[in-house]
Amino acid sequence: MTTLRQSIQSSRTRPDALPASVPFASTGHPGSLLGISDLSLDQITGTLTRASLLESEDPLARAHRLAKRRIALLFYESSTRTRTSFELAAKSLGCDTTLVSSLSSSIEKGETLKDTGLTLRALGAEAIILRHPNSGAPWLLEQSTGLPVLNAGDGMHEHPSQALLDLRTILACLGLGAETAIAANTLAGVTVTITGDILHSRVARSNMLLLPRLGARVQLCGPPALLPDLAAQAGPGITIERDFDHALAQSHIVMMLRIQAERLAGLQLDLDEYRQRYQLTVERLAAHPSVAHVLHPGPIIRGLELTAEVADGPQSRILDQVRNGVAIRMALVERALTATRSGATQ
Amino acid sequence: MNDHAGNASPENARPANERAANTPGTPPITLIRGGRLVDPAAGIDEKRDLLLRDGRVAEVAPRIHLSPADAAHTQILDATGLVVAPGLIDIHVHLREPGQTHKETIATGTAAAAAGGFTAVAAMPNTVPTNDTPEITRWMQSPDRNPSARVFPIAAATRALRGEQINDFAALKAAGAVAVTDDGHPILRDNIMREVLAAATRHGLPVIQHAEDTRLTEGASMNAGPVAFRLGLRGMPPEAEYGLVERDIRLVAELARDSKSARPHLHVAHTSTAQAVAAVHQARRNGLHVTCEVAPHHFLLTEHHVGCYNTHAKMNPPLRSEADRDAMIQGILDGVVDAIATDHAPHAAHEKEVEFERAPNGITGLETALGLSLHWLHGEWRLPLSRVLSLLSAQPAALLGFKGRGTLSVGSFADVIVFDPDAEWTWLAAHSRSRSRNSPFDGWTMRGRIRHTLSEGRLVHSA
Repeated sequence: MTTLRQSIQSSRTRPDALPASVPFASTGHPGSLLGISDLSLDQITGTLTRASLLESEDPLARAHRLAKRRIALLFYESSTRTRTSFELAAKSLGCDTTLVSSLSSSIEKGETLKDTGLTLRALGAEAIILRHPNSGAPWLLEQSTGLPVLNAGDGMHEHPSQALLDLRTILACLGLGAETAIAANTLAGVTVTITGDILHSRVARSNMLLLPRLGARVQLCGPPALLPDLAAQAGPGITIERDFDHALAQSHIVMMLRIQAERLAGLQLDLDEYRQRYQLTVERLAAHPSVAHVLHPGPIIRGLELTAEVADGPQSRILDQVRNGVAIRMALVERALTATRSGATQ
Repeated sequence: MNDHAGNASPENARPANERAANTPGTPPITLIRGGRLVDPAAGIDEKRDLLLRDGRVAEVAPRIHLSPADAAHTQILDATGLVVAPGLIDIHVHLREPGQTHKETIATGTAAAAAGGFTAVAAMPNTVPTNDTPEITRWMQSPDRNPSARVFPIAAATRALRGEQINDFAALKAAGAVAVTDDGHPILRDNIMREVLAAATRHGLPVIQHAEDTRLTEGASMNAGPVAFRLGLRGMPPEAEYGLVERDIRLVAELARDSKSARPHLHVAHTSTAQAVAAVHQARRNGLHVTCEVAPHHFLLTEHHVGCYNTHAKMNPPLRSEADRDAMIQGILDGVVDAIATDHAPHAAHEKEVEFERAPNGITGLETALGLSLHWLHGEWRLPLSRVLSLLSAQPAALLGFKGRGTLSVGSFADVIVFDPDAEWTWLAAHSRSRSRNSPFDGWTMRGRIRHTLSEGRLVHSA
């Protein structure tokens, strides 16, 4: 009997050297942002710098930058912050924008994502901002249209523009100016705890993949049903701490997440118990003075994952996040329409 | 390993099978000369000539001399430097007909089979309508379907695959069904599975189970694990497979214990988890008749091949972890795995060009199984050629009781392949004979090139 080990040793090629065949792989439009790992630290620095520049620019001058360029917002899920901030960002740069939502469009009649994308392209869209309930949908749209695609949230997968605006918020919280060049040690010594429904959260995934690249420690906190152990394997620098108070004791920044009722898929939760264990209250914040800043990607459910007092309290950065969204998304829209194959932007 | 090694007498074929898969224009005699004949069931791996007459193997000898009378109308194939072997047998294919002819037809699916070296395929019943009647079972075997390989229907175990009302196994068997299964709708209820096993045993039919506890896989589209978490996809846990395999083995053991005469045959389709293979191994050690097959994608690919949501890496059971993939290779090398089967599952391009979670499961496999098996199992992992061929012919034939197939002993059906064992080539999905192109192996290097495929004496493919 041959063991696999012997057989592998005697072979020219190990099984893990099997070719990875991914014919559906992204054609990789340089203006696209599909996942946060698409961006190098230099590109992130560039995006943050650009966001600050555009934010402070005279609005009339800014509106000439991309005057009459066409951006389509394709939203298969409801959204307030992301949609509005992308739209305002594009309009600030002078773009014409159009919104297609799954209700009130031919999507209701069964049109596929590919055909909807081709239709938008034929109508002159030069980039598409996509929110979609299925993980990976932005790859399909990019592949089908060849256009730059900005992922505005895909299923349970990623929400990269949210991670960038969260990063901008965190850097401001820590007094690191927008001019800071991002490096692998920029957030060294900083612990960020993400608490709540990690399993269903694209915001959590993008943040847990981004922040450790800057040296931060990311702690995930939540019950096993919403935070499987294997989440810690998503990337380096990620740990799990089930006890919220222990987690807070070690944290500088805490990011609270909403329980995504629309994705629970039959999962039953005891909400009273959840509140008791994981709700962020003024008492908990007071008990853990290391936690200086509270973030939440929204929408917030007051009285569930955090109390109204915390949401409105002095440590809350929730509305700063929203404001940062417009600046970051201006930079991303500009990048989408100006990036070239050679890799140069702007 | 090979129940019918050396089987020399042609079995009385069922009426539907009596007509050759092939009809007009068949030269009555074919001589395949000068090849290396590898017939694992007969224990032959030597230079031999092979004479085929009237759809059967007429003679196997070091040197065959034709009589002057025969010589005039004999087709001679020069196999110098080539391997001559029994036609391959795939016991798990989806031919989509009746019903979904935009994906595949029996004609196109068996043309792909012939191109890949397969001369017999067992067709799953998830057609539209479901193959749960003798009429459909017979219809699928009709020469009117224009097949290039013999089609053996596997009938539905229960009405419309609903897992409620058991079909008439006697009538289905009489019509040509070689096994029963509910295919992608696994039988979860213990009492129904017990009844299916008992009834199938009474009629000498294997029960094939697609082992998936669907209560654990709702909404899932790939293997559960860190990759699924990273991609934001719901995962199918390995226990959904091996849990049902263990349940089925328990039912088989109970049936065998309760009745001394009953010897149920459970066949586990497309095993993909280490624990499922281990459970089959243990069941066999316990004297039970439990068999399993592995698909090439499960011994070559892992969940990492999903990559950027590649729908050509979406199938059920899903691509698993590296440890599971290695266990499939080990199971093959150790002889625990009884057959390589492709789970050939064609889908139209537009059906796969959708969001990963919405894409249908499955990939094509008939044209790549031999090339991948020779490249990896034989070329890289040093499984002897005769064992690779056995897993693709003699063993699957024995598993489903295909008499006179999977061997080239005298009297067997003239199902033969002639291939260049060392040729390396690149498979392109665009050149497929299948109606569909959904393969993750597009552009992969294959080893072993089919030169001729003969189905019951008829040359159905040459390249």
